[in-house]
Amino acid sequence: MQEVIGLFAISEILRGLLSQYFSNPQWIDLFMALINLGGILTVISMSAIVLVYAERKISAYMQVRIGPNRVGPWGTIQSVADMIKLMSKEDIIPDSADKKMWILAPVLLFIPSAAVYAVFPFDRQAIFADLNIGIFYFIAVASQSTLPFLMAGWSSNSKYALVGGMRTVAQMLSYEVPMAFSIVGVVMLTGSMRMSDIVAAQQHGWFIFLQPVAFVVYMIAAIAETNRAPFDLVECESELVAGPFTEYSGMRWALFFLAEYSNLLAASAIATTLFLGGWNGPWLPGWLWFFLKIGVMIFVFMWFRWTFPRLRIDQLMTFGWKVLLPLALVNVLITGIGIYSYKLFS
Amino acid sequence: MLHDYANIGMLLVIALLFPFLALGASYIIQPRRPGVEKSMPYECGVDTVGTTWVQFRISYFLYALIFVVFDVETIFLYLWAIKFQQLGLAAFIEMFVFMMVLVIGLGYAWNKGGLEWK
Repeated sequence: MQEVIGLFAISEILRGLLSQYFSNPQWIDLFMALINLGGILTVISMSAIVLVYAERKISAYMQVRIGPNRVGPWGTIQSVADMIKLMSKEDIIPDSADKKMWILAPVLLFIPSAAVYAVFPFDRQAIFADLNIGIFYFIAVASQSTLPFLMAGWSSNSKYALVGGMRTVAQMLSYEVPMAFSIVGVVMLTGSMRMSDIVAAQQHGWFIFLQPVAFVVYMIAAIAETNRAPFDLVECESELVAGPFTEYSGMRWALFFLAEYSNLLAASAIATTLFLGGWNGPWLPGWLWFFLKIGVMIFVFMWFRWTFPRLRIDQLMTFGWKVLLPLALVNVLITGIGIYSYKLFS
Repeated sequence: MLHDYANIGMLLVIALLFPFLALGASYIIQPRRPGVEKSMPYECGVDTVGTTWVQFRISYFLYALIFVVFDVETIFLYLWAIKFQQLGLAAFIEMFVFMMVLVIGLGYAWNKGGLEWK
């Protein structure tokens, strides 16, 4: 497959341009890293705007409504208008809150949701940091987002927020275990945790065909980790108002939302990388394939939201520990046996 | 290798600054009309009753305890998963035994009702 318009080619052109102005290669590296950083932050902020619109439109069509259709053609700049509105809202800090923790929580939540983007293989050789512990880095960093939820819930000094925060911790901890175990199968097949190796290993066959159980476990755990319906017990509107976000308003609330959609994109990107072949695909450039597959995954996540009713918390915990965890463990075992018998007979 | 981690450090710093930038931009354009009622914690329109910061139910923490056991196991499991094709059958059986020990632990917690939501 020849290189179409890959991101790596673009970065080479940029590097050539920069080398006209700077002679020191370290400066060029620094500038390239800054450009990549800008790209990542653009993807995160754009994803929130696009995904909010997509989510509203998709939910509308699933419920036979029209959805946003007033601001701009087909309501396309509705989320931009929403963002401007949120920015110009008054920032209300509750008197009884633990102010330092309360202010820090949305900021701390944004950091892990942005930091996971460092290891995503957007295209051939287009990874911000191709760590040899790539997938482990993702699990470690993504799990950090549990703490800000607890901070927000506890420091708000509101009953809804406290219950929501506690539920978040219980739910995210419980579903992190099956998620980590489901990824082990892929690592066993590849023999590497480096993201580029995992994508390269799927050139002739996606891992979803070799690891269907792991994919299902990962999907369910990812929905729980991103706190989306049917596992949105954290912020179930009908009983907890908005969970840990109850006391937040304006831009601080928008930061929670930004992190939520950023996490949704991250979970879909990891599913794409591990199970759907990453940027591998014919004809189109790699990054376009990557984003197309992410789009399909996000659509599936939104589809789930309007298909399944919300679970009760005891059902949720029981399902995580008594169904998903044994399933993931058995999957690891069967993968091991499968690889050995494949080696034996070939 | 170190270069990659330096890049990640830079990403972390910028990810820390980005929310402050957004909050700062919002701070400039937002109105400020503070009020007593506005800054009270939300409780469906009525004044809050009782304290919020109470001792919370234990079942949340039981899950956290079981979680720690399995989270530590994942560290071993990942290291083994990378090299297991080279390590041979002995390592596979050893890992199987190790996992069985943990599964017995899970079974014990299950039996004792540690996984029930009370």
